[in-house]
Amino acid sequence: MDSAEPAIVVPAILEEVRPAVLPRPVLVEHHRDFAWITNKICGIVEGPTPRWWWICFGVALFVASFTVAGLTYLVGVGVGVWGVRSPVNWGWAIVNFVFWIGIGHAGTLISAILCLLRQKWRTSINRAAEAMTIFAVVCAGIFPVFHVGRVWLAWYLFPLPNSNGIWPNFRSPLEWDVFAVSTYGTVSVLFWYVGMIPDLGVLRDRFFVAGKRLRAFLYGLFAMGWRGSNRHWSNYEMAYLILAGIATPLVLSVHTIVSFDFAVSLIPGWHTTIFPPYFVAGAIYSGFGMVLTLILPLRAVFKLEDLVTQYHIDNMCKITLATGSMVGYAYMMEFFIAWYGANPNEGFTFINRAFGPYAWAYFTMVTCNVIVPQFFWFKSVRRNTAFVWILSLLVNLGMWMERFVIICTSLTRDFLPSSWGYYSPTMVDIFTFFGTFGVFSTLFLLFIRFLPLMPMAEIKAVTPQADPHAGH
Amino acid sequence: MPENKYGLIAMFETPAEIVRAAEAVRDAGYKSWDVITPCPIHGMDRAMGVRRSLVPRFSLAGGILGLATGMTLIWWSGAWNFKLIVGGKPLFSPLFAFPVSYELTILFTAFATLLGLFLLCRLPRHYHAVMKQAHYQRAMDDRFFVVIEACDPLYDPAGTRDLLAQAGGREIAELEE
Repeated sequence: MDSAEPAIVVPAILEEVRPAVLPRPVLVEHHRDFAWITNKICGIVEGPTPRWWWICFGVALFVASFTVAGLTYLVGVGVGVWGVRSPVNWGWAIVNFVFWIGIGHAGTLISAILCLLRQKWRTSINRAAEAMTIFAVVCAGIFPVFHVGRVWLAWYLFPLPNSNGIWPNFRSPLEWDVFAVSTYGTVSVLFWYVGMIPDLGVLRDRFFVAGKRLRAFLYGLFAMGWRGSNRHWSNYEMAYLILAGIATPLVLSVHTIVSFDFAVSLIPGWHTTIFPPYFVAGAIYSGFGMVLTLILPLRAVFKLEDLVTQYHIDNMCKITLATGSMVGYAYMMEFFIAWYGANPNEGFTFINRAFGPYAWAYFTMVTCNVIVPQFFWFKSVRRNTAFVWILSLLVNLGMWMERFVIICTSLTRDFLPSSWGYYSPTMVDIFTFFGTFGVFSTLFLLFIRFLPLMPMAEIKAVTPQADPHAGH
Repeated sequence: MPENKYGLIAMFETPAEIVRAAEAVRDAGYKSWDVITPCPIHGMDRAMGVRRSLVPRFSLAGGILGLATGMTLIWWSGAWNFKLIVGGKPLFSPLFAFPVSYELTILFTAFATLLGLFLLCRLPRHYHAVMKQAHYQRAMDDRFFVVIEACDPLYDPAGTRDLLAQAGGREIAELEE
């Protein structure tokens, strides 16, 4: 037994070793101070309406009229004006519904999930993304309401007493959808509004000082008398965190319930447990595509490069890449299980998707959802804002195609060949759908004109100037 | 002069200054006072001695109410009022009732959180004495303020003013009600 312990030799280099200091990413470039941030964002609301805004608004209203016309014609003439008929009794309407709801999910991810994950870079984009969510839910909600046929009885979807004395069927995901989408729309609006209260206070005071009493009154009404008191900020931060915390399981559950619309059926290609995570990942993917489509032009037009930096764009592209890869993986798994599961109907359905009458849609979908996001691996691509914007449009196209492929290929060719058919939309279907882009654009243009595009208080809070221990 | 004084207000220019000032006012023992900032400042709650917010209690109550509402609604409509056998399945099961109840839990939690926020902040309150400060709009922009109310037992026009001045406050002014 050794009586003396061997001496521990400490290499001299250890004295010089220090933990690495990871530089925090710069979220607002050029060391802009609070006043600059306030002036930049309020300037958009306070300034005169730019001419391009009027032109875009006019075009948006015109396109939105397609939806109004299409829906009026549908209710006036009857459900036959749509392309839905046996075997595809659920056509463009349900595709459009899932498309728009999916787009909305990215807004909630950015606001709520990135908040819980303490991703400070979310502050520049979260308000515009939440607005996108709300307007997307509005566009989405049009379709389930109008696809019921007898739209004046759509209130039967809610558990309200009716003359038949009957209640909705709570075992059905279609009924769960009613609650899920309603809750999602309401909570999104509440979260968006709570986030805006301090900024409405800023605008109220700026308009008051500038002598514009009516606008000060209107903004002040909704600002609820917010005065920046820290006792209020304490409650506010807690409420914000709680709303973020409940919005997270909400967004995951909403698209899961939407996926159950299909998954609980027996149709090959639909009846699969992969749908909930697959739909949620796809929704986030398509939503980020739309966020990029909206934010990049706004950044260029309003010169917001210091607030929406390359770091922000990089992160959005990376999330698009990650979720797009998940969607690609899901496609591979579906094919694998169709082969491995030895269910002849399932196997046929997937061969049919790739090589049947809708092969054109299938290959568009695969190109846009699997290949396009892979471009975002490359920094040179992410730095080319125009190219990123074009890719974001392809992301949206691909995700619409995905819902179309899922719904139509499974319905047009299911179990019995004698039931097979081919689905084509009618002009009414097409106009109604493209019109919803006009509805969305109209609402979004109104938002950027009248409301603060970015959360000033949150952006200020993540700048180094807000850190009381700076320099210590 | 018999005006009703609300209290004293002082302006500060950086977050570090306002945190130190808040600590000074807290340590001096004032209770009816506040700090006004354009954005939440890290560590300010501790510097002021503000306790954890009570909003979560409202949220929890809302959530429980939402879950109960969902389950009760589905049980009552399907297993009591109009018993309809669908697919040979039980009239009520917490499993099929779960999605709708889950959504209502979230919905009611959101409303209760908002209600709690407004009640605890005593909002809406569109007028408040602090808004009379000459540069109040900078409170929402890039300046920080400490407000000490006249109704505080330790309030003394001269002594409180000195405290604020020593803490680095600028433009120390009396606010009217």
